[in-house]
Amino acid sequence: MKIISKEVIADYAGTRIIKLSLLAPEISRKARAGHFVVVMANEKGERIPLTVVDADSKSGSITLIFQEAGLTTRILGALNVGDGLYALSGPLGHATEVKNYGKVILVGGGVGIAEILPVARALKEAGNHITTILGSRNKAALILEAELKSASDQLYIMTDDGSYGLKGFTTDMLKELLSKGKYGLIYSVGPIPMMKKAAEAAAEYKVKTLVSLNALMVDATGMCGCCRVSIFGEVKFSCVDGPEFDGSGVDWEELEKRNKAYNCQEKHICNLSQYIKP
Amino acid sequence: MKKEPVKVKEAPVEIRVGNFEEVVEGYCEQEALQEALRCLQCKNPFCISGCPVGIDIKKFIYHITRKDYRSAYFTIREKNNFPSICGRVCPAEYQCRKACVFTKKGLPFASEEAINIHLLERFLGDYGKENNLDTPAQKEAKFSTLKVAVAGSGPAGLCCAGELARKGVKVDIFESLHKTGGVLRYGIPPFRLPGDILDFEINYLKKLGVNFITNFLVGKTATIKELFDRGYSKVFLGLGAGVPSFLGIKGENLSNIYSANEFLTRVNLMSAYKFPEFHTPVNIGRNVLIIGGGNTAMDAARVALRLQKIRGLPLNTTVIYRRTNIEMPARRMEIEHARQEGVKFEFLAQPKEFIGSNQGSVEKLICLKSKLGKPDSSGRRRPINIEGSEFELDCDLCVIAAGLKANQVLIKETPELKTDANSDVIVNPGNMESSIKGVYAGGDIVGGEGTVIEAMGMAKKAARAILDNS
Repeated sequence: MKIISKEVIADYAGTRIIKLSLLAPEISRKARAGHFVVVMANEKGERIPLTVVDADSKSGSITLIFQEAGLTTRILGALNVGDGLYALSGPLGHATEVKNYGKVILVGGGVGIAEILPVARALKEAGNHITTILGSRNKAALILEAELKSASDQLYIMTDDGSYGLKGFTTDMLKELLSKGKYGLIYSVGPIPMMKKAAEAAAEYKVKTLVSLNALMVDATGMCGCCRVSIFGEVKFSCVDGPEFDGSGVDWEELEKRNKAYNCQEKHICNLSQYIKP
Repeated sequence: MKKEPVKVKEAPVEIRVGNFEEVVEGYCEQEALQEALRCLQCKNPFCISGCPVGIDIKKFIYHITRKDYRSAYFTIREKNNFPSICGRVCPAEYQCRKACVFTKKGLPFASEEAINIHLLERFLGDYGKENNLDTPAQKEAKFSTLKVAVAGSGPAGLCCAGELARKGVKVDIFESLHKTGGVLRYGIPPFRLPGDILDFEINYLKKLGVNFITNFLVGKTATIKELFDRGYSKVFLGLGAGVPSFLGIKGENLSNIYSANEFLTRVNLMSAYKFPEFHTPVNIGRNVLIIGGGNTAMDAARVALRLQKIRGLPLNTTVIYRRTNIEMPARRMEIEHARQEGVKFEFLAQPKEFIGSNQGSVEKLICLKSKLGKPDSSGRRRPINIEGSEFELDCDLCVIAAGLKANQVLIKETPELKTDANSDVIVNPGNMESSIKGVYAGGDIVGGEGTVIEAMGMAKKAARAILDNS
């Protein structure tokens, strides 16, 4: 649970995206693309889920990437090499089903780009043709471009302000690609509106679509139901039934509302900066 | 002349609803003695047959009357490893006390006059703890090379580990959460079972040589097969029943509708009642409804009341139950404590639909009135919904305590582990061995939602079988 490397991979308008490598030999042996871990920064901290971006069983390490958004991620971001986490458990959730789908489009938005990297690598290794679309606000906020370039056959970058790549949304590019070619799978991770639009576009062209959902969790082992989502009208627990689901069946509105259940507390606690060690 | 039962001291209502301190203070020596002297020492004691593990209740009460607390303590310990815990959480009024000769015939639970066996057990458990009494380890050389993996650190896992470690077996307990104790930690609130009682038992096991490995989810972090590959010759599964049931009604995924497990885990395990010092939040409302009639429902209701008090809201928490008071499966003491503290009850009401706001938070619960029909398979009268009897209740926070099912993570990762229609692990009832050779199971993962004492009974049997087959 010790941090062996730390890198700030994006920093814009005071919001940082941080990459941590941690010593976690047990988890590194078992983690596959699609898995996540639960992290507690300190004894009084929350349990939060983070995707395993990379795992190396030889060095016994795993890589996590997160954006400093709430209190917990800010505490994590303040940790340094040599510091330990209070708790780290996993790998949790289902791994991505890795097989040959033919041509695959991966869509990553914001910090969600980190979550598509392991999937891109695994699917590429399984012989898929990988097209990746990355979306970010601007050039400064974009992460993992080089890594995804080498894991993809084709890479498109979309920025909201046009400061890099093309100006526009990831779904603009997705629709264009879908209108021109045949694809076996769309895999998207990012903000809810982005995943929703990607799923709608995929449905329009009758392409299978997977999304990795960011529901709130507590134990993350199927025991509390905090992360329940509706998929094709059926209640599922993101932690044990997901976190990947068929994007065309997700009740997005419900997920978005459930994710806001603690917004008040989040704002309150983030104003209490004494909880964050310098 | 029959003597009156000795009442146990309890924290005053107005103080206790504002904190999470233990409510029942327990008997002092004088009170325990007085209560023990009420026991008739029946020639054929029914109480023993009422205990799921057959504790010699008559004998331990006799020892109390002779002030031989040591012998009394060890009489319990022959059958029960954790009397301090069971004395606090056992539903005695449905077990030993119901069988007590002082209980009037035909009642669904013990009469008030029945001997307070649980309070005497608790007195002895705490006496043993304070005087460092414990069954001495009887380590046997032949077990010194034996390594056993226990999955889950709840009542079953702790009990099995203790039984094995006392014989010199090397035991590693794997716990998926960051803290040990399982349901005793995340489920039962500290005002019923204080953390230090649990810590004492766990520390004692550590002294015996039991090794606790937290943040390790057997099935995910390592499979059962991988545990065998690591040199464990036997595996015990004490996984528990932690999967919450929901009602399956419209609107159930609105915000501020919690499973009891989530609500209690946030408060008990994550200390959300101390937010923002602890970072895990929990919401509370002005009109809190708790659905269910079991101990978990009572726990959730009393936690909700405390959160209302701590946040400066008027106390307004109502339990919704589809039968009536008499059919509620909760311990009578919990129901009484809840009532004293101000929890309200709405009986013969069946939730039908939740109505939410535009923001997606719950605002109302629509219920149907019900009436009681003929007894069902549980022996309790079955609730029948009355058509067209809908009524609305204001509800800005709801906790659903509608039962729990077996934990599924390990089961799903282990197809060769046979399970029944309820997804509980199937075992040979004689030795608690599962369909996989060398893999034993006990507690709620086998029997479905049960009691701590039943879990311990199964764990002891499994430990015996592990020792016999090693």
